Amino acid sequence: MYTPHTDSEREEMLKVIGVPSIESLFADVPAEYRFPRLNLPEPLSEMEVAAQLQELASINETTRDLICFLGAGAYNHYVPAAVDAILRRGEFYTAYTPYQPEVSQGTLQAIFEYQSLIANLTGMDASNASHYDGATATAEAAVLAYHHFRGKRTRFVVSPSVNPQYRAVLRTYLNGYENLEVIGDDVEKPFETAEDLLPLVDANTALVIVQYPDFFGRIQDLTDFAQKVHESGALLTVVVNPLALALFKSPGEMGADIACGEGQPLGIPLSYGGPYLGIFATKKDYVRKMAGRLVGETTDKEGRRGYVLTLTAREQHIRREKATSNICTNQGLMALAATVYMSLLGKTGLRQVAELCYHKAHYTAQQINQIPGFEVDLKTPFFHEFVVKCPDSVEEINEYLLDNGILGGYDLSNDYPALKNHMLLAVTEMNTREDIEILCEALKEYSHD
Amino acid sequence: MNVPTNLKYAKTDEWVKVEGNVAIIGVSDYAQSQLSDIVYFEFKVDPGDTVSKDQSVATLESVKAAADVNAPVSGKVVELNQSLTDQFEVINSDPYGAAWMMKIEMSDPSELDALMDAAAYEAYCQERGH
Amino acid sequence: MTEPTIYELSSPGRVGVRYPQPDVPLAELPQDLVRQDLPLPELSELNVIRHFMHLSHLNYSIDSGFYPLGSCTMKYNPKINEEMARLPGFAYTHPLQPIETVQGNLALMYELQEYLKEITGFDAVTLQPAAGAQGEFTGVMIIRAYHKSRGDSKRTKILVPDSAHGTNPATSAMSGYEVVHIPSDSRGNVDIEALRAACDETVAGLMLTNPNTLGLFEEQVVEVNRIVHEAGGLVYGDGANLNALLGIARPADLGFDIMHINLHKTFSTPHGGGGPGSGPVAVKAAFKEFLPGPIVEVLEEGDEELPPVFGFYQPTQSIGRVKAFHGHFGMMVRAYTYISIHGAEGLRKVSEYAVLNANYLLARMRGTYKVPYDRICKHEFVVEGVWDDAPEVHALDIAKRLMDYNFHPPTNYFPLIVREALMIEPTETETKQTLDRFADVMLKIAEEAHQQPELLREAPHSTPVGRLDEVKAAKELVLCCWLPEEAKN
Repeated sequence: MYTPHTDSEREEMLKVIGVPSIESLFADVPAEYRFPRLNLPEPLSEMEVAAQLQELASINETTRDLICFLGAGAYNHYVPAAVDAILRRGEFYTAYTPYQPEVSQGTLQAIFEYQSLIANLTGMDASNASHYDGATATAEAAVLAYHHFRGKRTRFVVSPSVNPQYRAVLRTYLNGYENLEVIGDDVEKPFETAEDLLPLVDANTALVIVQYPDFFGRIQDLTDFAQKVHESGALLTVVVNPLALALFKSPGEMGADIACGEGQPLGIPLSYGGPYLGIFATKKDYVRKMAGRLVGETTDKEGRRGYVLTLTAREQHIRREKATSNICTNQGLMALAATVYMSLLGKTGLRQVAELCYHKAHYTAQQINQIPGFEVDLKTPFFHEFVVKCPDSVEEINEYLLDNGILGGYDLSNDYPALKNHMLLAVTEMNTREDIEILCEALKEYSHD
Repeated sequence: MNVPTNLKYAKTDEWVKVEGNVAIIGVSDYAQSQLSDIVYFEFKVDPGDTVSKDQSVATLESVKAAADVNAPVSGKVVELNQSLTDQFEVINSDPYGAAWMMKIEMSDPSELDALMDAAAYEAYCQERGH
Repeated sequence: MTEPTIYELSSPGRVGVRYPQPDVPLAELPQDLVRQDLPLPELSELNVIRHFMHLSHLNYSIDSGFYPLGSCTMKYNPKINEEMARLPGFAYTHPLQPIETVQGNLALMYELQEYLKEITGFDAVTLQPAAGAQGEFTGVMIIRAYHKSRGDSKRTKILVPDSAHGTNPATSAMSGYEVVHIPSDSRGNVDIEALRAACDETVAGLMLTNPNTLGLFEEQVVEVNRIVHEAGGLVYGDGANLNALLGIARPADLGFDIMHINLHKTFSTPHGGGGPGSGPVAVKAAFKEFLPGPIVEVLEEGDEELPPVFGFYQPTQSIGRVKAFHGHFGMMVRAYTYISIHGAEGLRKVSEYAVLNANYLLARMRGTYKVPYDRICKHEFVVEGVWDDAPEVHALDIAKRLMDYNFHPPTNYFPLIVREALMIEPTETETKQTLDRFADVMLKIAEEAHQQPELLREAPHSTPVGRLDEVKAAKELVLCCWLPEEAKN
């Protein structure tokens, strides 16, 4: 067990402290509330707990049991065995935030490498050590923009094709500020393009947020758009899927000021929604305004290269109520997973995975488009996710698919009333041609029944 | 510790040089030495902004601490020393010269009366320095 | 001993992982959108493994030694937790799967909510917040939503004692509140008179850490909470120090309204080199409808034959989401495992031994180190890392010297109300032998501080790198590296 004292050790310790019993260490706790009886299940041995959890886990149907076409912000990818081998190193996962750099160079250098990989992938000048997830990273982008303009610009223009959960989190975060306006994400007009937002962008606009690939999987060149946003003096945040950036132009190249997004596709298991990884990178003008931890390179007295947490005076423990964010930690271990994953796959592997996703998704889309009653927009470029217009409610179709061992796509009517009968399907390198054919067969059968 | 006699000082360690109706402000030698190496400087106001006495108008950071620069007088910001944003080292090396921070056109010059002269400020610093 | 970066280890054309060839016809790529350069390193699998193994050797961790980092509860992270979180039935489920396919996950989340309610005495729990800081934010936004729902708009202040957790002021500010600091009295408690004076109709709430960051139990906690309630404010409990209270006292009984819980401190989920954490928030019934949703509930009661059906409930006046999906599910599996192994009896023992260990170390160090608020402590304590007769030595030097003796230093320079603070939290999982070794070393360092201060000033002497130049790091701001051909000036 994890509380190791023997009876005699405990007695010796109490003697040194100078109290008669363990209970007497709690004399300052109000007597009427002291030592409540907790109604919890009897303690189990490790063996019994393992059996109990195995039992619970086995109730679930997983993306291994089912053929998965579900995405919408979390994606079913292959994670090479070497990633978890590193994550299981106690030296990494049982360490804390590297406050003492002399004994934390492993964590610090890994974060520095993570920052480098993310900066390179997004085409930005610098990345922080990560945020909690894609949603909170997006909210932090808005907070950065608010402080960048010292609260003088109060409008935030958000595309309706930004992940609905990210937009929800953004609103929660901005609720702490007075008189800010979040507009643009009219869910009745889900397929508006970035350009459709421009009339809303004015001299009072702090930030424009678009997603790339967007929530519906679509990609478009944002270079001209970025320029037009900048003409009004506002900043531009592009919410990305980092995997798509192995194949398509980076937000940095297109002129974004901030790139953020969900890092889960980079070697992090689905794990029912978390823990994931919030990516956050900026152009150099905004580096000092980034919330969250940052690792910088330096040297020791003997000139040896080393890494430290830097710009810490921005953070909550020094700035106190003047800090712009209360974030203390990053997603350290998840950032490590992404670092190992990107190092393993490298330039070639990452591109290869992105291409596999692209080709398989396009093949699936073409096949589905040929099934009577189902329709896919094949003209607008997309990455590995696309919208299917269905002959019936997505709920009904998904039930049918599930009976056939398929985890169907996301029901877009959950967030967009205008998208009744619209399903968002994701295809990754994990889906074989056979999987795709099984899906298409099932959809055909459904439309015949 | 350098405390020029031609300046006035605030309790929060800003200095003021009066030129007609304009107050030029910066932070004192004592303040920079307490913070040690400055690694970041940022304005919190723009030219044209109206500021009130004691309002935070800029931020200084060293490795271990952050400090606000407060307006010692009220008025309109007429000029910022923009070069400080990149060359914040001068705050350590030349606090009363190259490290002037901004010019404020005073709306109430009588506020100057509440500031300390060099002798009073020096005593005030020694008292805190124990 | 430094390790090259992955960029320095890269060789053009090297491949670490092979993927299958496409088994579908290739689609045309939109050429104007295709990226031309991808400046990422290229390594073999063994390159990568060796590189990260080398890096791991440069880290200090709980698995390698004693880690008494105050306020962080660096207890042992049981290995079984890791196994359970990786069970394929948990690890390979998608967060948007139909609820009928993830009843195992929902059952676990529901039970964990119930356990946390029982342990803290509260009536409802959300598991969504990603970390303690986000739990705090959630809690303060609930305070805000509560007052707003009553049409009470004059409450603009949050009270924060000077012995509170470091994040509290920033949390209040980002939630739109003005922060009012409340001083401590000579016993390290909240100064009751100052609290009374600050409490009026503009106070939205108090953020109270109990035990506080001095490691001391708030002796008048019930009275403190009553005063705030009488002024119409709510009391937020910072759960960072819950490791002292398991089975000892339930925060809800003491008068707290809302509290966050750190699964990564109290319930042994790993700190991961700085995350992921997990910061569930517990509230009294009156505040349940303000929680971020969804939360897990029983949709249909079970019977002898069938298990209950679990599903999601969306609170009606929710402050909104604070995070995508359902929170850090992987951390929930670990915490559930930990609670199941301990049961009520085991959890009480956790807190008893955490407090025993802290008091034992305190007793052994008292006399050599000055203890500013000297009374029975809870799970941690704070001493001064400075002596009047050894003026050249500071808390930082003691911290660095500890590394030479193969210990992780305590938290230093926090809380701010103690001069040259060293904040020591041994946790319950350490043996008496480890504590004795640490105490012996602390006494030896005190001796060195007086006799060979330069030994401390120059420490550490035995680590992979010495003290690093933080001013240079902040001024030059080198935050990433590039491949040699991409290197920028």
